[in-house]
Formats: sequence, structure tokens, C-alpha cells
Amino acid sequence: MARRNRPTAQIPNGSMADIAFLLLIFFLVTTTMKNDKGIAMLLPPKPDPTQPPPEITENARNIFKILANSQDKLLVEDEPLSDVTQLRGMVKIFILNFGNPGDEGVIIYNSLPNSMKSFVSINGRRADSSDDPKEAIVSFKVDRGTSYELFVQVLDQVNGAYNDVYGERVGLSASQFLQLDRDDPIQDQKYLLARQGIGRNISIAEPNKIVN
Amino acid sequence: MAKFGKKSKTSQDIPTAALPDIIFMLLFFFMVTTVMRETDILVKQILPKAIQLSKLERKSLISYIYIGEPKQSGIFGKEPKIQVNDVFVEIDEIVLFINQEKDKLNEVERDQITIAMKVDVESKMGIVSDVQQELREANARKVLYSSIQTIDI
Repeated sequence: MARRNRPTAQIPNGSMADIAFLLLIFFLVTTTMKNDKGIAMLLPPKPDPTQPPPEITENARNIFKILANSQDKLLVEDEPLSDVTQLRGMVKIFILNFGNPGDEGVIIYNSLPNSMKSFVSINGRRADSSDDPKEAIVSFKVDRGTSYELFVQVLDQVNGAYNDVYGERVGLSASQFLQLDRDDPIQDQKYLLARQGIGRNISIAEPNKIVN
Repeated sequence: MAKFGKKSKTSQDIPTAALPDIIFMLLFFFMVTTVMRETDILVKQILPKAIQLSKLERKSLISYIYIGEPKQSGIFGKEPKIQVNDVFVEIDEIVLFINQEKDKLNEVERDQITIAMKVDVESKMGIVSDVQQELREANARKVLYSSIQTIDI
């Protein structure tokens, strides 16, 4: 029979790996991993034009002032600061000062773990700093000429201080606190416990309209 | 010395028959995860570095605003510009853009729209805060300052 003599049809598959490699390298090169990470902030609502600007009722001691000028120099609590990374510790001490806690401040203080209570008694209790974490506000004002890089660095430090505080309340580090998955009920409970009573009071003031 | 002279009897070939399968597996992984970029970014984008970053869960709620010096500085000048979608916009067009983005979302989710600001490190705060004022005007108050993760010390 003629059929039997016909050579069997074969596709050479020796180079298949090479072809697949080629495609693989193409996709490796073109892939861009999307990074949707960043510092989340909530802007204040827009001012109501019919209302006069609200009076500032907070005591000056409850506001931690950070100013940045167009030369990227920082003025923190009326003192110049050259090293941005010091801010994190300063803000943390400011939040956990408990100088004159109100009723809610006392509840927050009692809920803190012992390590943080001793932190407060060593570093805090100053009369000229914040009353309690609920009252404490970190105010950050930039100039129009301030670089965006410095702005992000300062926000990062202030957020880091808050995350330190939140994390420590539930026995985590700041980065572990950030990784809490709120879809998991146990972790969500931890998150809420850490955030309870202490708001992330960061105020970003509008810059001056005139460039210095 | 006899120890070294001993020749091993095992064959030293690595079986390569499964190699194509392994490569294909990797290939499929990258084919599936690759997202073709839908917008051409016309501005320089070196994002700032930061430590305390949070991740956004709902990607559908994010809209992007790019700020930076135009890549084609010969045509557009060296001053930082604002880009949304594929075009440069002026400050006063941002409210319109936000409203268009909000219309794409469900009615219940419109207030949760998050604006990811991808701002070049060289930019100044003036333009950024102008954009923020417009975002407040448009009632899109959730902002994400996109940055690159660095290691916590």
C-alpha cells in the first residue's frame, strides 16, 4: 500500500523553546508593573463663601507648626530644622504629650500599652505641648516655591509618626500597621482599635499667594 | 588521592524536555499581567520616594493627574504642566475633568473618587496647591500623592 511508505508528518519542536523565549523576553520588557501606592490625604471641604472663615479656637500649644519656605528650609515650632527625618520623633512626642488631657484624653491614655505610658512619662507631660492626642493638630504650611519633594518628605514623616503611634497601640510596627488588611475581620478590629480616639489631624494650609 | 580519581557513573545531562513548558508558563504569566499603557505620559515623571505608603484597593475609583515639566520642552516650554488623559489642561479645566471622571462611576461611588497625583519631584508646590484648590472645588477630596516605596530604616 502506498500509505505505508509515506513518512510520518512531524513538526520539529526543537526550537519551540527558543520561540517561547523570544516572546517571553518581549513581554518581560514591555511589562510595566503599575504602582498605585502613595500617601493618602483627605483635603478639607471647600470653604462656604457665605460663611466667614472659622475662628481658630485651638490653643497654640495644641498646634504643631511646620513651615517650609521657597528655599526648602523648614521652620518647626519656630525653630529651624535641617534634618527632615527628625520630624517623625518630634511629632510622635508631640502627639503623645498628654499635657492636660480631657475626659476622652484620659480614656485614650488608659488604653495605651505600658511601653507607651512610660514613653509619655519620660518625654511628655509638658505644659507647653499638646493636651491630648484628640486635640493635637499638625499644621503644615508650604510656600508656592517649596519643592514637591520636600512636601512629600514632610508628609511622610508626619504620617510615619501617626502610624508609629497607631501601630504601637496594638503591638505592631508602623509598616505592619499599614499592611493590615481591613477585609479580614480580625485585622480590621485591630485597625479600629489602633485608630480609636486618635485622629490623623494633619492640616495643610493654603500657601501664600505671593512668591518670595 | 583515590577519592579524586573516582569517576561518577551518573549521567550529567540536564533533562531539557520540560524546558518549553516552563518557558510557556512564564510567558503566559507575563502575557496575562501585562497592561498596555492607555495614556501617553507627556511630562517628566520621577516620583518622590517615601516610606509610609498606603495601597488603594479599588482601582476603578482612581483617576490620574500628571504634573511635571513637558518632555518636549522645545514645544511646550520648561514650566511644569498638568496632564490628564492624553492632553495638557489648564488649571480651570480640572473641575470639568473631575466631573467627567465622576460621571463614569456609579452614583453611590462618586464621592469616593480618588485622585492620584503623579507629580515630578522637580515641580514646585505652587502648581500642586492650585490643583488641590480645584479638587476641593470639584468636591474630589481624596488625594493620593503617588510615590515610590523605600525601605523603612
